[in-house]
Amino acid sequence: MSVAPPDLPVGKNRGSLDATVDAQASGYVEPKTMRVKKRLTSRTATIASLIIAVLWTIPTFGLFISSFRPAELIRTTGWWTIFSNPGLTLENYQDVLLSTSSSSPQLGSYIVNSIAIALVATIIPLVFASMAAYAFAWMRFRGVGVLFVIVFALQILPLQMALVPLLQIFSTVLRPMQAWLHDVVPIIPEQNYLPLWIAHTIFGLPLAIFLLHNFISEIPADVIEAARVDGATHGQIFLRIVLPLSVPAIASFAIFQFIWVWNDLLVALIFSGGTQDVAPLTQRLAELTGTRGQDWQLLTAAAFISIIIPLIVFFSLQRYFVRGLLAGSTKG
Amino acid sequence: MTTADLLGKILQVVMGLAVFAAIVGLLIFFIDKAPKRGRDYWQLVGFLAPALILVSVGLIYPAIRTAILSFQTSSGDFTLDNFAWAFTQPAAIRTLINTVVWVLLVPTFATAVGLAYAVFIDRSRGERIYKSILFMPIAISFVGASVIWKFVYEYRSGDREQIGLLNAIVVAFGGEPVQWLQTDPINTILLIVVMIWVQTGFAMVVLSAAIKGIPADQLEAAQLDGTNGWQRFTNVIVPGIRGSLVVVLTTISIATLKVFDIVRTMTAGNFNTSVVANEMYTQAFRASEIGRGSALAMILVVMVLPIVIYNVNVLRKQREIR
Repeated sequence: MSVAPPDLPVGKNRGSLDATVDAQASGYVEPKTMRVKKRLTSRTATIASLIIAVLWTIPTFGLFISSFRPAELIRTTGWWTIFSNPGLTLENYQDVLLSTSSSSPQLGSYIVNSIAIALVATIIPLVFASMAAYAFAWMRFRGVGVLFVIVFALQILPLQMALVPLLQIFSTVLRPMQAWLHDVVPIIPEQNYLPLWIAHTIFGLPLAIFLLHNFISEIPADVIEAARVDGATHGQIFLRIVLPLSVPAIASFAIFQFIWVWNDLLVALIFSGGTQDVAPLTQRLAELTGTRGQDWQLLTAAAFISIIIPLIVFFSLQRYFVRGLLAGSTKG
Repeated sequence: MTTADLLGKILQVVMGLAVFAAIVGLLIFFIDKAPKRGRDYWQLVGFLAPALILVSVGLIYPAIRTAILSFQTSSGDFTLDNFAWAFTQPAAIRTLINTVVWVLLVPTFATAVGLAYAVFIDRSRGERIYKSILFMPIAISFVGASVIWKFVYEYRSGDREQIGLLNAIVVAFGGEPVQWLQTDPINTILLIVVMIWVQTGFAMVVLSAAIKGIPADQLEAAQLDGTNGWQRFTNVIVPGIRGSLVVVLTTISIATLKVFDIVRTMTAGNFNTSVVANEMYTQAFRASEIGRGSALAMILVVMVLPIVIYNVNVLRKQREIR
């Protein structure tokens, strides 16, 4: 069951970073493959790949090291001189996270915002999309095919096409609701997450429907038919059979969407209002590069905080992540 | 952030999810209780409606509206001025040229490096670690990547020690430090480097999977014919992964056309570095030039359209087979 778009060469394991490991674990390594292998990986190739790997790592590594260096040392010496100019500190992190002085970035509330936005903006499209995907896959009606092609094409539509009118709709429809909510529950600020949740839901739906449809449509027809014969309704089939069976596809999309929303800047800039009530970490970081562009002790620590969550997800759930990413790489 | 703020935020999330769960629960309840007459129809509507309404209101209607806005003046009269501006004003032309440069360089280099790397590490020891290293930047946000690279390009004036790696290397070889991000046209190239850095991992993973799909006996046959490594690469590997190469190139092209965050964060489009996606934001949301912003969005769509059509054709062929 493939969860990748039709044109991508990703079958069951191909496309997963673990492909080779899987092949070796199953004991299936042809002898002739081994012989060919020797010729392909010559010494030059090893050195070349090593150089590329180092080049790709150095920028992140430099940022990481610098985030632990005292401000004075960052300002005056390069991070690669860490051994001749030793000195490590956690002060930068303390400053960007815990300090309440108005000159510090106060990232705490932005982290909460990023989590709140990404969490809900992953769950809502997931549920609506799996319902739609089920309908597309298992309810036969005229016009459903055309609708599905439209949804597929919308995946690639640049968000720029939707931003201006959507903002106008939000300010006429959502703004009064937000104001009313603030009046009823004063603890919820007038600027709340609603616009971002809805915007990310809308922008995530086409990809989610497509991805889940690919998976749900491959559930054996016998299973669905048997349930129908037993008198199960569509609602029951969806909740009891389709959803549990689709967990791998759901996980792939959930991880992709969570990281997409977490890393997003464009949607946040337009719909968040930019205050610490709503703005996510990326928006704060982008703002800091403008206003505090020379304060590298703050920028390095703040940047590292903003990328650590996606990196943890990446390293712990690599297989799902790769699947979702390969399928969703044209989103936006 | 005060405790009240935090409580407000948690309350929002809990309320949001509760309201959402109630809506979905009611929906599914009513789907199952739909009237006998036309039951199938009501059930279909129930399942499709939430997604279709959201997509229609949030994507299809706005896209049509943007298309109309791009042909209107701020008072609503028909005009072609917005497009005329985009194709005649020097700054706007520069934006278009930059976008073309981006879309030529990023897919080419990301794919070339990704392919070379995939071939080099294929079936080597530690392949998995090698892959993770190159693939990692893709998990990092463009904003994070921008900060990482801005630090590499950092400039210090006078005799002060350089803290940016690039200038440090230049100085070590006896050169003068350069204000990289302010110097046209090298600044655009350096922004492109960031995008290549991010996208190469994607190319590598897809192409590596494709290379593993090439039958081993093909490679062995070529080897028995006495070919060298390069000949095997051009005559066996490249033809064997042609389909994946097209996918990688088109996918990275789309991602590159839409690139916004890198330009926004590193230069904000100043110093002649703007691209269409960034200029659209600047015009529509900073300069309140809705018409011009919409025209730029249209230009973006026209650039992406051939790829969309190609993909839709592939999809339809697949569905016919099924």
